Amino acid sequence: MGQLKVTMPSDREIAMTRVFDAPRKLVFDAHTKPELVRRWLLGPPGWSMPVCEMDLRVGGKYRWVWRGDSDGSTMGIGGVYREIVAPERIVSTERFDEAWYPGEGLNTLVLVEEGGRTTLTQTMRYQSTEARDAVLKSGMEKGVAASYDRLAELLASPSEATR
Amino acid sequence: MHASLDATFAALADPTRRSILTRLASGEASVAELARPFAMSQPAISKHLKVLERAGLIRRGRDAQRRPRRLEPKRLAEATEWLERYRRLWEGNYQRLDALLEELKTKERKWDS
Repeated sequence: MGQLKVTMPSDREIAMTRVFDAPRKLVFDAHTKPELVRRWLLGPPGWSMPVCEMDLRVGGKYRWVWRGDSDGSTMGIGGVYREIVAPERIVSTERFDEAWYPGEGLNTLVLVEEGGRTTLTQTMRYQSTEARDAVLKSGMEKGVAASYDRLAELLASPSEATR
Repeated sequence: MHASLDATFAALADPTRRSILTRLASGEASVAELARPFAMSQPAISKHLKVLERAGLIRRGRDAQRRPRRLEPKRLAEATEWLERYRRLWEGNYQRLDALLEELKTKERKWDS
């Protein structure tokens, strides 16, 4: 459903926007119930999520660990919930086990429902531009470059929409 | 490398600069030629060109008289690639989420009936 848009509203942020054909209560559940989260939040093909612990309350911690099935390598991430407004908003901190970027990130998930569909906006704010770019690069693998049109679309920064 | 990637993204964040790049994608052009389609003075365009140049997105051509600007496609491809890979990674996640949501909707309907 819908195209995922990745933009950079500021020099320390990455924002993702996407529409889902479901009421936001279900999208919220899929982001907050571990048995549901581990079914989709998996990253590249061939990775599973053996650890998915979430203590969903303000001040509560979450911990996620992914495992690459081919070579057994793991990647872990954890943080604290700062704000929870079910079913529309979650603010949480994020820190990767391997400190490949300095400091902590702050994630804001916003769900807006309209006509049975939900628009998800996930904004990740990092402590520096370097940290943000390191995260951006983490999603990198070999392949082809997109067209100029695609680029313009990706970079058309909807800064108002994400605040 | 980090700093230059940031300069690239900052340079690309402006619609005028993106239009300039689109124009240069079809061939090199002088400052006057680039200024024409925009309601902007040549100095204003020169400012944008300077930002693009510093970001490594364009460079000056060989003709000393016209000083044409041309696209530096390598840097543009690099920046696009970072964004696109990141996007694709998350799109994979969200497609799985689409499927999960369909399943949850079906379950809810069963409970309701």
